[in-house]
Amino acid sequence: MRPSALQIERTTRASRLGAVVATLALIALLSLPAWGGPSAMRMLVEFIALLVLAQMWNLLAGYAGLVSIGQQAYVGLGGYALIVLADDLGVDPFVSVPLAGLVAAALALPTAALVFRFHGGYFAVGTWAIAEVYRLLIASAPPLGRGSGRTLKAVFPLARETREVTTYFLALAVGVAALAAVYVFLRSRYGLGLMAIRDSEHGSDTLGVDVFRVKLAVYVGVAFGTGVTGALIYLNLLRISPDAGFSINWTAYTIFIVVIGGLGSLEGPLIGTALFFLVREYLSDYGAWYMILLGTLAVGAMLVYPQGLWGMVADRWDLRFFPVQRRVRLDRNSAPRGRDAM
Amino acid sequence: MTLLSVRGLSAFYGGFQALFDVSLEAGEGETVAVIGANGAGKTTMLRTIAGVLPVPASAVHFDGAPVGGRPAHELVDRGIVLVPEGRRIFPSLTVEENLLIGAYRGRPGRWTLARVFELFPVLAERRRQPGTNLSGGEQQMLAIGRGLMANPRLLLVDEISLGLAPLVIQDLYRVLRVIAAEGITTLVVDQNVSQILPLAQRVYCLRKGAVSLEARPADLTRPRIAAAYFGE
Amino acid sequence: MTMGWVDTILQGILLGGLYALFATGLSLIFGVMRIVNLAHGDFSILAAFLAVVVVETAGVNPFLALLLVAPLMAALGYVLQMLVLNRLLGRGVLPPILVTFGLSIIIQNALLETFSADSRRLDPGGIETASLSLGGGLAVGWFPFITLGVAVLILVGLQLLIGRLSVGRAFRATSDDQETAELMGIDNRRLYGLAMALSLGIVAVAGVFLGIRTTFTFSSGPDRLLFAFEAVIIGGLGSLWGTLVGGAVLGIAQTVGAKLSPGWGILTGHLVFLAVLLLRPQGLFTRRRRIS
Repeated sequence: MRPSALQIERTTRASRLGAVVATLALIALLSLPAWGGPSAMRMLVEFIALLVLAQMWNLLAGYAGLVSIGQQAYVGLGGYALIVLADDLGVDPFVSVPLAGLVAAALALPTAALVFRFHGGYFAVGTWAIAEVYRLLIASAPPLGRGSGRTLKAVFPLARETREVTTYFLALAVGVAALAAVYVFLRSRYGLGLMAIRDSEHGSDTLGVDVFRVKLAVYVGVAFGTGVTGALIYLNLLRISPDAGFSINWTAYTIFIVVIGGLGSLEGPLIGTALFFLVREYLSDYGAWYMILLGTLAVGAMLVYPQGLWGMVADRWDLRFFPVQRRVRLDRNSAPRGRDAM
Repeated sequence: MTLLSVRGLSAFYGGFQALFDVSLEAGEGETVAVIGANGAGKTTMLRTIAGVLPVPASAVHFDGAPVGGRPAHELVDRGIVLVPEGRRIFPSLTVEENLLIGAYRGRPGRWTLARVFELFPVLAERRRQPGTNLSGGEQQMLAIGRGLMANPRLLLVDEISLGLAPLVIQDLYRVLRVIAAEGITTLVVDQNVSQILPLAQRVYCLRKGAVSLEARPADLTRPRIAAAYFGE
Repeated sequence: MTMGWVDTILQGILLGGLYALFATGLSLIFGVMRIVNLAHGDFSILAAFLAVVVVETAGVNPFLALLLVAPLMAALGYVLQMLVLNRLLGRGVLPPILVTFGLSIIIQNALLETFSADSRRLDPGGIETASLSLGGGLAVGWFPFITLGVAVLILVGLQLLIGRLSVGRAFRATSDDQETAELMGIDNRRLYGLAMALSLGIVAVAGVFLGIRTTFTFSSGPDRLLFAFEAVIIGGLGSLWGTLVGGAVLGIAQTVGAKLSPGWGILTGHLVFLAVLLLRPQGLFTRRRRIS
């Protein structure tokens, strides 16, 4: 039997360029504490947090087709887990960040058991209902500070600069790890299964993809990532309350970022987060107008250009910096000849 | 007088071409048979005429006017009514309600609930039952009755005898004769060639999305039909 | 002692009337179009604020203002469906969720900008405090009673519309089989517009009644959506009367919870909702189909 005439190709010229750009950016970011100030670091921590939240939600909704508007549950849970672990249980606050993610993931299991009974729009509301339950439960728990919340005290012994720089590097680590994890996952065969489910749930079911398990795994994995990010956010802010930690705004920001930037791509959330920061910077004097603008842009994007900003760029110039699709390339050298040709 | 004129019709499902340059005519008051194997494009053609699939305006002319690509609900107003493949009875509606919804557009004409019940007494018996409680044959009658309620000028019937017993099929063809006698132009798709040929003034055979035969039934022989149906 | 509990349960049932008003519009839309309008609650609050404007400008009673606001909201619903939501047809579940979520955020922030964060209330001039004595020390407020009455009236009206009228048949047919409904001559777009108009008209009534009953702010919308959703799920999809029962069950859960411990009302409602979801996910009165 002749060797296969088809090659599966995954890198593109743009992706090689993208890898170079990413490396340069990483070097710049790693050296930031040396030349940037504390406010730059804080802002970058916030940027990375929103970016990771967006990537997580993108994976959940854009790839797995699970449109959740209750991810703020895991932000809040992650934040509170951080404080309980660090203040009450004496775990090192920085180590508590990934551990908080585990707490969130653990709670995602019973949550999924309830919420997976819904589909589509009712799934969305269901996730939000559960987030509200978490919020109310925590707001009525005296050890958790009830409605006024709690402050992270475990970091007080540290020198301010040490805390800020360590938080920053932790954020960088979380950001790179999250991006890498999503990228690797989507390029793996599980990722392929996920995209098959996204494109046709019924079809992929018949091909043997265990739809339920894949979706559950993604949901729990995303809860982990979201929980870690929540812990990171409150490590940065130092103070959490139920209304802040479980605020619907976390979902609103991520949805707008992903929709405007481009649903279902890895580059989209990056652009979306950048745009979000810009809009917030320039319109912060105008109160709620920046949210109205973002909301209108998001609605507009869904109506007119669902692939978002990145989609417009990528489709025009066929760019993929983080290629997760597989291209089938015909290898001319091994093409069948003569008698073997059909 | 030609009521329906289809010219050079090509239809696509996304990137897949289902009809290749199909042309067909139906004179007013005629019964036209459309036969062909599964997947030949018969249903696609009917759906295109009924306005379910988008095509260029000039591809379909009805009563002299170009109607290609107009939405289905608009075509009902003009009198083009499709009785879909698989009957598609509404489960949330009773037998009577299924008939009433056929008259949604309120086209004037001789077909009323009373007349339909006269034509199909079994429907009158079951008028308050959910439409899907009926047997296959009864549902087909209901589907046809529903189509008649719209007072069509052109009635398109897709796969009239699919999955039905011979006695039931005979009943249905009796009904088709009554409809034809009313002067309603009818386009009938059926795989039951022997039943449909005696009824039709014109026959078209489709194969792989193209017209493989166009003739008057009197001019047809078995071998000629088989050749058109299955190919050489 | 038991009178206290009977009273609590009675209050819960009456509260259920208000929740049923909220839930009906949501349920109707989902039944006909399979869309969940995430801005549903926010539209009710928008209606309440519109009523505030009418009351303050024209100096009329909120009930009178409702006669203007409800048709206005219905018209808004029609336009919204025709211009925005109809464009999303055939594109799957994601776009309507995201668009209505976006609308929810836009409405809330627009209300914040226009009316500030102050809480408002609609004053009908006394009826909201009047009560009807039922004997044995029991009394119900006239207004909650009227609310329940209006809810029942609207449900009866809707039931008649869906059951007897041509347009109601069209709703059912389109919900069953949208493509075949088109073959009957039903213009889906217009029908959806009508359904959304009905939904927002009803939710406007709900919003104004809410505004009379209690204070509200720009951010009161999402909770209304949540309670409406819970009432629908508890009652069971596909059943209008189930929505009334669902509302009552939720209302009772909330009033009983609040009686046990102030501040526990809403949480108890959520927990009962979760319990129903766990033990009887099809709801108490389901007709067919699962929750999808």
